[in-house]
Amino acid sequence: MSEPRTLLAIDKVSKNFGRVTAVDGISLDIRENEFFALLGPSGCGKTTLLRMLAGFETPNDGRILLDGRDIARTPPNKRPVNLMFQSYALFPHMSVRANVSYGLEMERLPAAEIRSRVDAILSTTELVPFADRKPEQLSGGQKQRVALARALIKRPRLLLLDEPLGALDKKLRGAMQLELKRLQHEVGITFVIVTHDQEESLVMADRMAVLKDGKLLQCDTPHAVYEHPADRFVADFIGVMNFVPGKATTDGVVAANGARITGKVPATLLPGASAVASVRPERIRLFPEAQTANRISGTVEALAYQGLDLQLHVRTALSPKPFLVRVTADAADRRPVSAGDTIELGWDAADVRIFKD
Amino acid sequence: MAPALAWLTALMVVPCALVLALAFFRRGTYGGIEYTFTLENFGLVFDPLYAGIFLNSARIAGTATLIAVVIGYAAAYAIAAAPRRLQPVLLFFAVLPFWSNYLIRTYAWIVLLNREGLVTQLLRWFGYTGEPPSMLYTEGAVIAGLVYNYLPFVILACYAPLSRLNPELAEASRDLGASALTTFRRVILPLTVPGIAAGAVFVFVLSIGNFVTPALLGGGRFQMIGNLVYDQFLTANDWPFGAALAMALIVIMLLVLMAQAIAADRASGHAAEARSNADG
Amino acid sequence: MLPKREATPMAERSPATRRTLWLVLSLVFAFLYIPIAVLVALSFNEGGLPTAWSGFSLKWYASLTGNSEILSAALNTLIVALVSTAIATLLGTLLAIGIEMRRQYGKGLEALIFAPMIIPDIVLAIALLSFFSMLNITMGLHTIILAHVVFNLAFVCSVVRARLKSFDWSITEASADLGASALTTFRRVTLPVILPAVVAGALLAFTLSVDEFIIAFFAAGAGRASTTLPMQIYAMIRFGITPEINALASIVMAVSITALTLSQRLNRGVIGQ
Ligand SMILES: Nc1ncnc2c1ncn2[C@@H]1O[C@H](COP(=O)(O)OP(=O)(O)OP(=O)(O)O)[C@@H](O)[C@H]1O
Ligand SMILES: [Mg+2]
Repeated sequence: MSEPRTLLAIDKVSKNFGRVTAVDGISLDIRENEFFALLGPSGCGKTTLLRMLAGFETPNDGRILLDGRDIARTPPNKRPVNLMFQSYALFPHMSVRANVSYGLEMERLPAAEIRSRVDAILSTTELVPFADRKPEQLSGGQKQRVALARALIKRPRLLLLDEPLGALDKKLRGAMQLELKRLQHEVGITFVIVTHDQEESLVMADRMAVLKDGKLLQCDTPHAVYEHPADRFVADFIGVMNFVPGKATTDGVVAANGARITGKVPATLLPGASAVASVRPERIRLFPEAQTANRISGTVEALAYQGLDLQLHVRTALSPKPFLVRVTADAADRRPVSAGDTIELGWDAADVRIFKD
Repeated sequence: MAPALAWLTALMVVPCALVLALAFFRRGTYGGIEYTFTLENFGLVFDPLYAGIFLNSARIAGTATLIAVVIGYAAAYAIAAAPRRLQPVLLFFAVLPFWSNYLIRTYAWIVLLNREGLVTQLLRWFGYTGEPPSMLYTEGAVIAGLVYNYLPFVILACYAPLSRLNPELAEASRDLGASALTTFRRVILPLTVPGIAAGAVFVFVLSIGNFVTPALLGGGRFQMIGNLVYDQFLTANDWPFGAALAMALIVIMLLVLMAQAIAADRASGHAAEARSNADG
Repeated sequence: MLPKREATPMAERSPATRRTLWLVLSLVFAFLYIPIAVLVALSFNEGGLPTAWSGFSLKWYASLTGNSEILSAALNTLIVALVSTAIATLLGTLLAIGIEMRRQYGKGLEALIFAPMIIPDIVLAIALLSFFSMLNITMGLHTIILAHVVFNLAFVCSVVRARLKSFDWSITEASADLGASALTTFRRVTLPVILPAVVAGALLAFTLSVDEFIIAFFAAGAGRASTTLPMQIYAMIRFGITPEINALASIVMAVSITALTLSQRLNRGVIGQ
């Protein structure tokens, strides 16, 4: 398989508003035809980065290369990039059809071509019955599809989506996630989506970038980010993680109570330094075999069924917070546990991640 | 509630009805009122001489409205584009002159435009040596006075929809490939028409019935209807004709307000229509 | 979902656009303020010439204090404004409460309240003149007051109504529930909430009344009887430009602008609550 081509290269881009540095020296490559997610807590600079890609904000520093050409100072109407706004920003005085055809009218295409392309995109996005409505007469999901159709019809090289699903309820969100994936596949356009919902990015993205305070922490596939978080923050932000604070040794971490967690210690972490060992809830087993590298006993504080899974809160001497353990309902049925039981937990050294604290 | 309504009825509704009635009577020989029914006062309104004054008033009011709307919209746009915390201050100072006495604001233009006023002196300072230009007592002076007096209201009326406009709409338009000018024409302007209409109606209605500005800054004796009405009551002593003119003024005003209401209705009617079509 | 970003401030636009917008603002403010500024400056002009500057002096202000016509006109204006404001504030506030409490917004009622604010002054003026003279009422300050209450009442009513739109009437029910009489409820619950709006409305009415010329002119019997300050100013302006008018105009402007600023402050307080 040949190396995928880089479509957009963000090169040491920074942006500050007065004293606030919203984006701080970010470098990223976005590849042709991928579904890329920008993820991070509120205020980390996701929208600002996206707005620089769309042309509404000029970077104070750095370059934005599209197909190798620097577009950092190109006005928004001259870029083959389109943005789907967080608020949708549908023109309230225009019908759905007029909203969707607006972008093509700006390209001064012949009326017949505009008409056929609008009809096509309206049927792809299942908006034909609503073509003559005004935005105020649409539901949240319909508005979202109009905003998408309006951006897609321009056939941009790059489509930017700022929290496209933020305003939708949970159920509709799930459906729209799949819908977006399908559409992206169908039109073959590169998508960059902003979200602060980590689950959403895990479901949708081919690759993702995690930002914090305007800085890039990690950029990789969802699987790699989930399994090998770059630091403690990413580990905590993506998915659920149990942490054991302590001091680094050559082969693990010593917790405050003297218990040892075995795992691979990063080379940068010198013995004696503050460190934190971590493990995912689904990697923890109940009633582990004797040879399991890490074992600890604790008291079950609470149980919660989550569909196929059972989630346990187990109080241990390792950390101030109870351990979260996820076992399949199947396994739980085989050896039932209930609140108040004292049980043993165990996990392998290979499932331990150790970070600087 | 009742005393207030009684007050309005006794001192506004009844007097206005009285004026309406007055318009159907005849003028007495020595200026009094002869209580015989006639329509000739209304006929006189359409006499070329007076109809001409109506047209003149409409033209002056229309010109003043146009200028005030253009300047006022530009100012409102600039204020709405200023940093948020400055906006209330700018708006306050834009409206402040509106609250000083109307006569005085008009008088200020006499001071400015008279033969030895500031404008003439500025011209001299730039090397002009000829006769002082005659600016006062012209139609231009009347228009300037009207624009000056009502501009703050237009700014206020246009600012309201501009400041409520979601800035992302303009960005969306740019993003879809529109230039700044096209964005203004196709997105910003249509969405702020209600403010423009409100400001324009206000300026037009107040200008066409104006008395003070044409009396102080205008040249002729009856440049606008207001002066004509004034004259019928205080000089010519033809109250019935004055009453008919006043009624004509009210009719014009009502027509303008109705036109605005219909336009606003149609805008919302479109939406309702689209809704029923889609559901049907 | 509302955009949390601040509405496209000038700071985010290109320098050229920003310069153009500031230029527009400067020109408009120059247009609005230069005429007034010239007027005020000339009121401090030593020489009698209305246009040529010949040194700073307060003598025109001093000479105003000796002008009995102006002083009596000012007194008349004060009487008219105070009395008509008092009546209009009382009636207008009650009207606003009556409408908003019962939420009966008839089209006719709205028109009746809206009319005084938009009828051309000259029409209301001649209507009142005809009315008073037909009833053989002697005209004077009292008829001016009657006339001014008409529009002042409408303005007070609309300011107070704006405040009442966001008033939670259930708190008056709560007060009644706790045993308060209707009057006590009004005094202890309703009034404190709407008071800033009432005062703002009153200040607005006062300003309008102080400035009003044409209705007063006709309602006073076409200038034959009691003269108010605007009537006096009008007569003086017709006569020509004098430094004395400049001084008088400056004082009147200062008074009404102060009243407006106060009213604005109070209204901002209303919004801030
Ligand atoms: N126009 C602006 N002026 C001043 N500061 C701004 C501006 N836009 C963004 N900021 C600041 O820059 C930082 C990054 O903001 P940004 O909107 O990019 O965050 P975000 O990651 O999109 O957050 P969210 O998830 O809440 O949408 C924030 O601290 C924000 O307050
Ligand atoms: Mg954001």
